[in-house]
Amino acid sequence: MNVLPLMVALPLGMGFLIPMVSRKNRRTADVLGNLATLSLLIMSLYLFKIGNQIYFMGGWKPPLGINLVLDGLSAFFLLIVNLVAFIVTLYSVDYMEVYTSKLRYYSLFLLMLAGMNGVVLTGDIFNLFVFLEIAVISAYALVGFGTEAEELEASFKYLVLGTVSSIFILLGIGFLYSLTGTLNLADIGSKISGISAGHAFWFVVILFIFGFGLKAALVPFHAWLPDAHPSAPAPISAVLSGLLIKTLGIYPFLRIFYNIFGFPLLETRFIPQILMFLGGASMLTGALLALVQNDVKRMFAYSSVSNIGYIVIAFSLGTPLGIMAALLHTFVHATSKALLFLTAGSLEYRLETRNIKKMGGLMEKMPITGISGNIGFLSLAGIPPLAGFWSKLFIILALLDAGRLGWAIFTILVSVLTLGYYLRMNRYVFFGPLKKNLQRIKESPVFMTASMLILSLITVFLGVILIPHLRSIVLDPAVRSLINGTKYISMVMGG
Amino acid sequence: MSEKEGLSIIVKVVTRWIVGFVLLFGLYIVIFGHLTPGGGFPGGVVIAGTFVLLTLAFGKDTPLRKLNSTLASELDSTGAIIFLGIALLGLYFGSFFAENFLTKLPSSYFKLFSAGVIPWANLAIGLKVGASIFMVFIILSVTRVVGLPSGEKKMTRKPTGRRK
Repeated sequence: MNVLPLMVALPLGMGFLIPMVSRKNRRTADVLGNLATLSLLIMSLYLFKIGNQIYFMGGWKPPLGINLVLDGLSAFFLLIVNLVAFIVTLYSVDYMEVYTSKLRYYSLFLLMLAGMNGVVLTGDIFNLFVFLEIAVISAYALVGFGTEAEELEASFKYLVLGTVSSIFILLGIGFLYSLTGTLNLADIGSKISGISAGHAFWFVVILFIFGFGLKAALVPFHAWLPDAHPSAPAPISAVLSGLLIKTLGIYPFLRIFYNIFGFPLLETRFIPQILMFLGGASMLTGALLALVQNDVKRMFAYSSVSNIGYIVIAFSLGTPLGIMAALLHTFVHATSKALLFLTAGSLEYRLETRNIKKMGGLMEKMPITGISGNIGFLSLAGIPPLAGFWSKLFIILALLDAGRLGWAIFTILVSVLTLGYYLRMNRYVFFGPLKKNLQRIKESPVFMTASMLILSLITVFLGVILIPHLRSIVLDPAVRSLINGTKYISMVMGG
Repeated sequence: MSEKEGLSIIVKVVTRWIVGFVLLFGLYIVIFGHLTPGGGFPGGVVIAGTFVLLTLAFGKDTPLRKLNSTLASELDSTGAIIFLGIALLGLYFGSFFAENFLTKLPSSYFKLFSAGVIPWANLAIGLKVGASIFMVFIILSVTRVVGLPSGEKKMTRKPTGRRK
């Protein structure tokens, strides 16, 4: 039996099964939720063995039916998504006890996971939009899960801006359909290269930059993120910052711009330069705003804006090294930022505050939280030998390699700012004198600490992905599927 | 049925007459979805519409006595799982996910039992859509914003004392 459709069907089915079977005993929800994400993680590892594959849903061949496409890039994103999702569900076992409705939480979480897996796997642009909506609509509900005034406000703001971005994307899809008469990604690609790209085509490109840029929280479109990400429960913040902005924002950019439209076509109208400018603005704005935050999770949210900038700058170079650096930074940021949000959740769970001025000296009271927090900081600040160092090094090398000396210096300067805000936060939270009212604080429960430890280990040893043997399995196929550009089209239509 | 809740006696009597026909029409749209215009989604909306009509005429307690929110939530999940199950059966008996694995005989065209798994999928969608739209309407009509003494406004309440 083929596991490819199960990547979407399993979380979807489990999402509806959990609220039915676990009304009496809430432990059932924990067990089923964790089993689902664990088996998804195992399946996503197994997919590396299969290699490229096209799957026809319902047996309908590409231009007519919906098809799932597994290539290096999809497999790479699936690994990131399901790895972080498994650790996050493990963390939720204890953390979500303070909320009233755990089974609805798992249900919504698995629906969001189904949406993200679907976006990464699908080979049909309208299907991509539907999965994207499944993921974000669950995310709107999960952001407001606490139902306090602040959380509902953030959820509403996210809902409005998310819908605006979805309308941009839908309008773009509509224009593409009117230009080519098809919704299959590969078929669109084969027809669009035949049409001399007119005004309508460039309008579609701009609409996609608006739409997916809003989903990825690039700077002029980032206003929803610093509200939505801190308001969600900590495991959801980890998924939103670590996964959602990348699978719904960065992945469609990569897939559509590299594989469908083709990078050389976009370069004729300076689209990569526009993206680079947006990325640079995100890097600087995110870092500067993170410097002045006193709310832990809000600072991490601004840091996500900054890190998305790094990824966008690297992939809009269009060189193999740039793509490799972007993908590596995607992985590194997913694990490190998820780890930081889980740490913040652990602090909030015990201290009931997110204000760093009210914390201090917590390293001795909460050692595991402290260590994992520090690993997350150091990784994202780019301290060797942690994974964040390698990805930032490759981004700077890629910029130098492409002859962008100014951008390389700018990136180094922003990295210094990054180190600055993490040091400030570290000094207030984990070091310095212990406050009197914090004397009786204990370490968080076992599932929370265990999942933080696992994620810390992954963050520390993620650098091994660069060892040639592992690199040729995980990273190189993903880079190759982007460099090959529009060969994606012949792969899908021929297979 | 309490006489105090809901709208006037005229509305109640007329509703009592037509509600069965509306439900029947919804079921017809679901069952004949593969032959005539319609299908699981529109049929489910019409079925949910009967409950909405009952709520408007008699107040929210009457429809909730017939279909309480727990049962509606379970029907909703059941519909989704049946639909997924049909798709998975396609994977098991055929060769692809969501494949139409039942035989489609040319002699059965335009009959009720034709089109393979489509009618069964329509039934599942009808169940799912009917239950979930009913739920959406009930949640919109029973949830209120409560003004607290402190002047704050709130929809529902999370238990206090987050530390264990």
